[in-house]
Amino acid sequence: MGMDELLRMEGITKVYPNGIVANKNVDFSVRAGEIHGLVGENGAGKSTLMKILFGLNQAEEGRITLEGKEIRVDSPYAAIGHGIGMVHQHFMLVPSLTAAENLVMGLEPRKGIYLDIAAAIRTTEELGKKYNLIVDPKATVRDLPVGIKQRLEILKALFRGARILILDEPTAVLTPQETEELFSQLKLLREQGNTIVFISHKLNEIKELCDRVTIMRSGSVQGTFDVSSVDEKDISRLMVGRDVILEVEKDEAEPAETVLKVRGLVVFDRFKKRAVDGVSFSVRRGEILGIAGVEGNGQGELVEAITGLGAIAAGEVSVNGKDVDGMSIREIREAGVCHVPEDRMTYGCAPNLGVEANLMSCNHDSPEFTGPVFLKGKEIRANSQRLIAEYAVKCSSPLQEVGMLSGGNIQKVVVAREFSSGPSLIVADQPTRGIDVGATEFIRARLVELRDAGAAVLLVSADLNEVMELSDSLIVMYGGKIRAYAPDAKAVGEEELGLYMLGLKNQSSEEIARVVHD
Amino acid sequence: MTKQQRLFEVVRTGLAILIALVIALVIILVVSDDPGDALYKFLLGPLGSFRHFGNVIELMIPLVFTGIAISIMFSAAQFNLGAEGGFFIGAIATAFVAIKFNLPPVIHPIVAILFGSLVGSLFCGIPAVLKVKWGASELVSSLMFNYIAFFFGLFLINYYLRDASAGAMVSFLFKPTALLPKLVPKTRISVGIFAAVALVAVAALFMQKTRWGFRIRLTGANAKFSQYSGIDTNAVVVYSQVIGGFIAGLGGSIELLGMYTRFSWQNLPGYGWDGVIVAILARNNPLFVPIAAFFLAYLRIGADIMSRYSDVPNEFVALIQGTIIILIAASSFLAKYRHKLVFKEATRAVSAGGDR
Repeated sequence: MGMDELLRMEGITKVYPNGIVANKNVDFSVRAGEIHGLVGENGAGKSTLMKILFGLNQAEEGRITLEGKEIRVDSPYAAIGHGIGMVHQHFMLVPSLTAAENLVMGLEPRKGIYLDIAAAIRTTEELGKKYNLIVDPKATVRDLPVGIKQRLEILKALFRGARILILDEPTAVLTPQETEELFSQLKLLREQGNTIVFISHKLNEIKELCDRVTIMRSGSVQGTFDVSSVDEKDISRLMVGRDVILEVEKDEAEPAETVLKVRGLVVFDRFKKRAVDGVSFSVRRGEILGIAGVEGNGQGELVEAITGLGAIAAGEVSVNGKDVDGMSIREIREAGVCHVPEDRMTYGCAPNLGVEANLMSCNHDSPEFTGPVFLKGKEIRANSQRLIAEYAVKCSSPLQEVGMLSGGNIQKVVVAREFSSGPSLIVADQPTRGIDVGATEFIRARLVELRDAGAAVLLVSADLNEVMELSDSLIVMYGGKIRAYAPDAKAVGEEELGLYMLGLKNQSSEEIARVVHD
Repeated sequence: MTKQQRLFEVVRTGLAILIALVIALVIILVVSDDPGDALYKFLLGPLGSFRHFGNVIELMIPLVFTGIAISIMFSAAQFNLGAEGGFFIGAIATAFVAIKFNLPPVIHPIVAILFGSLVGSLFCGIPAVLKVKWGASELVSSLMFNYIAFFFGLFLINYYLRDASAGAMVSFLFKPTALLPKLVPKTRISVGIFAAVALVAVAALFMQKTRWGFRIRLTGANAKFSQYSGIDTNAVVVYSQVIGGFIAGLGGSIELLGMYTRFSWQNLPGYGWDGVIVAILARNNPLFVPIAAFFLAYLRIGADIMSRYSDVPNEFVALIQGTIIILIAASSFLAKYRHKLVFKEATRAVSAGGDR
């Protein structure tokens, strides 16, 4: 390694309490003043490695050296002391406080025993100017757009004296335009001598932004390269161990009658704001309707209203002609709706119970699985073994705790349960988030199969590639409203989609109304 | 749970008990003039005579009832501590039937016990309904209701059932037809022990093999997931506590008619609190409840014998209990050791070529 090596991690091995080996003897090094890309599929161990560097996780083996001296990072506090800062995927901000208050938190300028609010505001402004990261110091964080929150997170790290900045998939929550802006800011930071570790799995971003790149696959490093010396194909091959098939193979959709009918739907969020604001659309038998949009623009509330987890404030939701309003979740499920929830660990499974218990949660009281008093143990076991085999769930036995499985396998358990209920409407909310390629391909193929078998599919995904590839037609949501409808999902460009997602461009109401099929 | 984890839990519980006993030993050594004798009385006293061992079994029976009652409520993640009050008020209700009613022999105790159980289930059901309706924490309200049960119960005894000719505040004698027959001569072990054995079997089957038990476990493991799966979690919250109260009331009734001839408790008997310890030791598994109940009863009787025949006071059992509970409840106790096991297992799997 050259003289300019700043940071080095050697022989890092990390095993999580559930037995998953997240890092296997990993070597990683960063030069001063570079933007270093860290790529890999979800679950490859990128985040774990960086959490170890930031002191959030402790490695079982390995050492970290900074400028040739070994350092111990046993807490984020220690990491900050060494000039290492991290911007997480999920922002660590207090929503009810202002930007300035968030920035100085823990290092508050004081006047006597009081917080010197004027000094905090001044600091925010000065720092913002210095790094070209302008944030309104007096704005309440809750009201800030995602891109600005992220900017504030970067400022926070810099304010705490970070020379090495770790960004964990910063573009995942951004629109293409916001991404552009972030990149120019990061390049400016590099010019000012900062070092940046940029975690991503989007290869075009790596090509555009980074100087060098380290590729990880299933917990191990596959190599470190100068970005100029490798192309995207090489990187992707090392990432997944084979050439990626980004395309989903499917025939033209043949939409039939309407299954899900949504008319003028209004849903309030927990702050009594209109999260879904007068939305109308239809999903028909045999089609996949995708919903694109930056997260937090009403998609979650929309899904909750359809599946019965949330309340409908106004408007109509009906499935196969039956009004869903006032139905219990059980009745909605009996009407033929299944739901792959966005947050699989909270809504999709009970991590401490076995695979079998998780597979039977919805239909444990069907006559197939229960007699008048006792559950039919044999039938239940046969069914869970069948589903485990059919969905290729890797588990040691049907009784193994779901929480011990990898993310992809947990999602397969969720999907196996939901898809096997013979649904006429599938609501799939981020069905492949955070899981490995194999499971992702499997689940996408299953969705297409079910579509071909006559199910209506409503797909919500923050992954643009996924919505565009998997959907037959799509709508874009921004600020609780539908901003655009594309009858052919492949016909819209990513750039145009970005404009709709940002609310910078709207289709006319006539164009949007085409998504209502009656 | 995998085999390895189950083994770990057994080791952990065993070690917690061992550490607590070592602490007990140290205290005895410090406090007593004749530590050898005190220790002997404490550890082996309950085995010393038939009568003493009988005492262990007598004490174990109510603990099985309250232990199972609490296991079921805890399985649903409902931290209802009303088993204490349910046990007490159930016994009061039973006393009422046993004194005021004239019924034929076998029928009389059955009616009395059923009535006591129903009152118990009603009692534990109140905090459940309050939780579902208004979001009141069942932990707080059930604790408070225990006092209501206690004072209301004493009021009933004092004004309606009190035997004025007896010296203390006790009820009239129960009708002989209401008493549960004794099973083992020279002890007070009654046929109630059959009820306890049957309850363990029924509770285990209920929790593992029926859809209602499944819903309790699912709701306890993840209420949001349970709700998402279409289960009426409010109903689960209520019926788990109603069942728990029923069992607590059942325990109180059987205890009263099996051990006593009149109602004479001046304090809450404490079996409900002990039931919490039993449930924690048994990890809410009905099949382990008798073992845990036996262990606790043995400890109690041992301490009692020791305090009577040596110079170590009875109270120090509370110290042992406290230590055991802290060590078992502290989830990070031995967590490092556990993680080492996981680490070893995982690295072995990796080197064996098992890739994730």
